[in-house]
Amino acid sequence: MNDKIIEALLAQFGEEGVYGIGESHGILQVTTEVENIVPMIHFLYAHPVFKFQFLTDLAGIHFPEAKGQELGVIYHLHSLENNVRLWIKAYAPIEAPNFPTITGLFATANWMEREAFDFYGIIFDGHPNLTRILNMDEMDYHPMRKEYPLEDATRHDKIDELFGR
Amino acid sequence: MSEIALVNSPNVGLDKTQKGGPYVNELSTLNLGPTHPATHGIFQNILTMDGETIVDAEQTVGYIHRAFEKIAERRPFYQITTLTDRMNYCSAPINNMGWHMTVEKLLGIEVPKRAQYMRVIMMELARLTDHIVCNSILAVDTGALTGFLYVYQWREFIYEIYEEMCGARLTTNMGRFGGMERDFTPVAIEKIQKLLKELPAALKEFEGLVMRNRIFMDRTQNVGGISAERALNYGFTGPNLRAAGVDYDVRSMNPYSSYEDFEFDVPVGTKGDTYDRFLVREEEMWQSLRIIQQAMDNLPEGPYHADAPHYYLPDKQDVYHNMEALIYHFKIVMGEIDAPVGEVYHSVEGGNGELGFHLVSDGGRTPYRLKFRRPGFIYYQAFPEMIKGTTLSDAIVTMSSMNVIAGELDT
Repeated sequence: MNDKIIEALLAQFGEEGVYGIGESHGILQVTTEVENIVPMIHFLYAHPVFKFQFLTDLAGIHFPEAKGQELGVIYHLHSLENNVRLWIKAYAPIEAPNFPTITGLFATANWMEREAFDFYGIIFDGHPNLTRILNMDEMDYHPMRKEYPLEDATRHDKIDELFGR
Repeated sequence: MSEIALVNSPNVGLDKTQKGGPYVNELSTLNLGPTHPATHGIFQNILTMDGETIVDAEQTVGYIHRAFEKIAERRPFYQITTLTDRMNYCSAPINNMGWHMTVEKLLGIEVPKRAQYMRVIMMELARLTDHIVCNSILAVDTGALTGFLYVYQWREFIYEIYEEMCGARLTTNMGRFGGMERDFTPVAIEKIQKLLKELPAALKEFEGLVMRNRIFMDRTQNVGGISAERALNYGFTGPNLRAAGVDYDVRSMNPYSSYEDFEFDVPVGTKGDTYDRFLVREEEMWQSLRIIQQAMDNLPEGPYHADAPHYYLPDKQDVYHNMEALIYHFKIVMGEIDAPVGEVYHSVEGGNGELGFHLVSDGGRTPYRLKFRRPGFIYYQAFPEMIKGTTLSDAIVTMSSMNVIAGELDT
């Protein structure tokens, strides 16, 4: 099944649209360009055999070292009929982290995208209500980005050396 | 109910031609929560009401957000188990073991059969506690307190089994990477046998009181329903999805921890309403008992943990008397051991749906990125759609039957 999916995706989007093909612990993954996300997910959703009609999860991720591709989104699709899972990954530069929304296809993407916006500052163009969800509205940064250390840097009572860090 | 503040909104939709005084068709705003006894957790719902009917609802979540995903990026793998306890605290062992299985998948550790069966037993006990809480509280929300008291003592009893297995009751931190931290003690086996023998009678009593009760049926049937298509589109999993008629269960679709060895049914509903969710959970409890019975009958002999000294926290006795055990204990607790590079997703059937762990490891001592797929977070967003057009009392039972756990939703 995985080979067929790759074949169909390559036929539809070409080699410049589908790359980074691999399998990680049983889950197929592909990487694509931001502009291909919506057509690809629609294609897999409407495909008569694959039927990826369940969005399991949507995760933001930050790679500060990858210049021009700092912020990523991992779409985790699940075809309940074939019991096949698929990760679609796409990356965008941190200066313009714009991704298209998929709330039109999956109602569940609403809060998932709000969460990715809240924690990574990823902008989902066309989202009906792109506001913070778990953090407070007054927060002026996106806390899951790697440049923010976990602990308050102004604290003096925790000396890293004493804690073996 | 002092928590409910009734505020008059501007005269939206005011139709002066209609008979019945100036308040007809006037919408009002009702603030339900964040701390309201009927929401069972810290949730805020701002309801727009037309008289008694809910026109619209807006949710605010995140009141107990504790930044688990961020904290996890700093903590060694071993220390993340305690974070998972605090997500769905009604079924903490499932979270613990789901996380252990995720890391075992990354590390490639093969868990012995006995440990897998022990995990199944503990996870099904956790499912029992979860469903006991959800269903009995649903009965309480409709005004039936007695049934709750009959089954709740068995939840207490299952917590005693937890205590026997790990020393804790609510936030269990049960199990280790590679298996369980201790074998079943004779007391634990005795207690599980007692539970298998005596819980069915209590469950039957509870069902006798509630299931065909006229008042309960009137309050729950055709209330808060959702169709299978909408439920799938909203990412429903677990009993809520099965109540809508979709037989998706991670235990049977992607068996983990030897679930393929057991025979059990996956109950499904037809309408996806509150009553169906109740019935699905009731039946799942019977199936859980069936699985525990099978696992106890066929419990294999052998070790209760894998031989993986780099990752399995050694027995405390050994730590004091064995040099290697002391070294590994220190290295594991301090997080000195690196994990291999890789990306792994593992999901288990949690108390209220597919609980997933998406782990990205860059080869360090901590995860590079850990995403929890919390079922409650994902399906709670359908709540406004489910309660539109119903009354406030319907909204309360709908929320209760959805089994949304604030700790899990907000991580």
